[in-house]
Amino acid sequence: MKMKTMLLATLILAGMSTFASAQTLRWARAGDALTLDPHAQNEGPTTALIHQIMEPLIIRDMTGAPVPALATEWGPSEEDPNVWWFKLREGVKFHDGAEFDSEDVVFSFERAMTPDSDYKELLSSVTEVRANGKYGFEIVTDGPNPIMPSNLTNLFIMDKDWAEANGAVKVQDYEGGEDTFASRNANGTGPYSLVSRETDAQTVLTINEDYWGMDEFPMQVKEIIYTPIQNQATRVAALLSGEVDFIQDVPVQDLARVNDTDGLQVITAEQNRVIFFGMNQGDADLTTDNVEGANPLADLRVRQAINMSINREAIQQVVMRGQSIPAGVIMPPFVNGWTAELDAVPANDIDAAKALMSEAGYGDGFSIRLNCPNDRYINDEAICQAAVGMLAQIGITIQLEALPKAQHFPLLGNLETDFYMLGWGVPTYDSEYIFNFLVHTKGEKFGSWNATRFSDPELDVKIQALASETDLEKRNQMIAEIWAVVQAEQVYIPIHHQVLNWGMSDSVGTIVDPEDTPKFKYFEFAS
Amino acid sequence: MLAFTIRRAFQSLIVLLVVGLVAFSMFNFVGDPVDNMLGQERTGADIERLRTQLGLDQPFPVQYYRFLEGAVQGNFGISYRQGRPVSDVISERIAATLELAMVSAILAIVFGVALGVFTAIRRNGWAANIIMSLSLIGVSLPTFLIGILLIYLFAVELGWLPSFGRGETVDLGWWRTGLLTESGRKAIILPAITLGLYQMTLIMRLVRSEMLEVLRQDYIRFARARGLKDRSVYFRHALKNTLVPVITVTGMQLGSIIAFAIITETVFQWPGVGLLFINAIRFVDIPVMAAYLMLISVMFVSINLVVDLLYFAIDPRLRADRSGSGK
Repeated sequence: MKMKTMLLATLILAGMSTFASAQTLRWARAGDALTLDPHAQNEGPTTALIHQIMEPLIIRDMTGAPVPALATEWGPSEEDPNVWWFKLREGVKFHDGAEFDSEDVVFSFERAMTPDSDYKELLSSVTEVRANGKYGFEIVTDGPNPIMPSNLTNLFIMDKDWAEANGAVKVQDYEGGEDTFASRNANGTGPYSLVSRETDAQTVLTINEDYWGMDEFPMQVKEIIYTPIQNQATRVAALLSGEVDFIQDVPVQDLARVNDTDGLQVITAEQNRVIFFGMNQGDADLTTDNVEGANPLADLRVRQAINMSINREAIQQVVMRGQSIPAGVIMPPFVNGWTAELDAVPANDIDAAKALMSEAGYGDGFSIRLNCPNDRYINDEAICQAAVGMLAQIGITIQLEALPKAQHFPLLGNLETDFYMLGWGVPTYDSEYIFNFLVHTKGEKFGSWNATRFSDPELDVKIQALASETDLEKRNQMIAEIWAVVQAEQVYIPIHHQVLNWGMSDSVGTIVDPEDTPKFKYFEFAS
Repeated sequence: MLAFTIRRAFQSLIVLLVVGLVAFSMFNFVGDPVDNMLGQERTGADIERLRTQLGLDQPFPVQYYRFLEGAVQGNFGISYRQGRPVSDVISERIAATLELAMVSAILAIVFGVALGVFTAIRRNGWAANIIMSLSLIGVSLPTFLIGILLIYLFAVELGWLPSFGRGETVDLGWWRTGLLTESGRKAIILPAITLGLYQMTLIMRLVRSEMLEVLRQDYIRFARARGLKDRSVYFRHALKNTLVPVITVTGMQLGSIIAFAIITETVFQWPGVGLLFINAIRFVDIPVMAAYLMLISVMFVSINLVVDLLYFAIDPRLRADRSGSGK
């Protein structure tokens, strides 16, 4: 009898949940957006949420290809190579009914170029933005910039009048002490408008019936309920129990569990993020090794030996449970400049590695510290532990220091590490971005993430020249040449490309966005 | 009584200042917030500018002094993570934590005392033995494991209760409560049990041993000899005399319930200050961490104060002692 009531209750509950989810998508991921201010934080969960509410001029669709959003056409100006022109979409309205025009675009770009904005570096080459009529817009740069459009795909457009009326002209900052209106409210042109938001608890969005793309996109999700669930076991439990329909970041150990559950599926795709090790190859002596008066990592043969000793397949199979793609270059595959040859996985050859080590004079090995984050990448600490064992085979003894990201990344910034793990995503989908931050000599403007002390002035000149090379063929040739040096010098030790796992109800139809940014206007429901 | 209160309040203030000092000396080891606040594309100049702006380039006593200066004026600074005043962020979330703590404290006290009395009276009964053995689980299993087990059982397998969140809440203007809606009441059950289980078993075992102690005493024997009813003997005479240590422990535990709701809140994604604190640590959100630690120490200190004052009310002997020694 009791069993029967229990069953009945379960059935009723199950029935209710399917009914509720007919057009509502309940979405969960590990982190919450930090703010709704579109220019304050250039950070994954933040832009993912804002993408539903606001739009950039050009957006990347779920495959990563740039497509028109608030701009319908664009191109470099024929008269002046330093100018990019954009034709804006006409008849678009903000959620509050205000009309969208070039005034809003100029305002938003100028806002994004202020010191408190997180997007100012992406616009650092911009000298002026100007309206050209009501639906024309131009960007003037300090030199020709062939890849300007790919810098704009997360640059959201706000309504000028709304910002002025609500005291949100300034980007939210930390000194003012005032609560910026725009950090908690949003008025965009996007497919969904904000209904309510409680940080770390729940954000509700509803469909914007006046959206310009109502007919162009599926627009089958009518309501989005977004809940961050930090604990991974709870997140999976919420999906298994049917309380949410869609979770990003399914932990690798639970993939089979979710996949085997009736009514649930996991879909997978390569992420725009590659994981690798960096080595201090520039200093004359290292502080964290046991070699006196010399830097073993400065010797190319040692770097090559390290590269050969890493068994990437073993890391993929054992540490990542198959959820990674071994890499031969520190560049995700969709990035301009990627080739299969560059990404060929280096051979795992311990004997050859040992031979190189003794040739370099380190036949007896040496010891060094490896710095690793433990809360940033998928199984980051476990990858480093695996590497410790692999490097021991060629005589390199590792003291592993795994720290939370808040402590790990300053080590790179302050050059306090000689051997470290880093992951890198490429929002512009172009090699130049990687070179600027990871290959160029570390300095004020360039190389801010290059903690390898690698420095090649000739290469630096070439990297800087990329920014203004408008002949795309020639530019691609230069990119290939730079990669050839990076690979030959073994500046980094690539490990693998991360894989994204999205878990969802069977009824949700989508593909995985390589930037981990779901755009719900593309989602479909199988009824 | 008044002198005693003032003296205790003064001591409390010193404790608070020391807690703050220790907290600020530790913040340097948590990491660097600037990296989280600026995007991947930040330059060295950005980092320097923000560090100066936030005063992070100053030694920690200076940072602490600035914090105190603001705190005295009721300004706890701006959360690095949310970019909003810390006082707003905390006051928005404190209701969720207090509600959870209250419900689990009530559960812990009601069931703890009831089961404690029961197991003491039926010392050798089989039911009492089972309860005693089960209570070992409550004491020995870590909170997050209990939480996950409960989620697995009641949310995933049975589908009766939600696995995360607070459900629907009602805003009363000064208090956002989840207790007035059905989904809110359902949502609080699992986290409240998770949070209160340890305290419940603790109270139960304490009440039991105190009861056993008291029941052996002569006045209980005399009470029985007088032919008083069992109920009167157990509850009016025995239970009342076990309460002093129970109140002390419960009071102290109430503080821990609020302070250590952190783990329960993380497991159940309960939007309270504990979750806020965990996120603050990950992000190195110094203003939030500082304000939270101060808040928790204020709470502990005031609970201690109240417990001390309650002794006066319950135990007349203490009253006599204090006034005697005070003069």
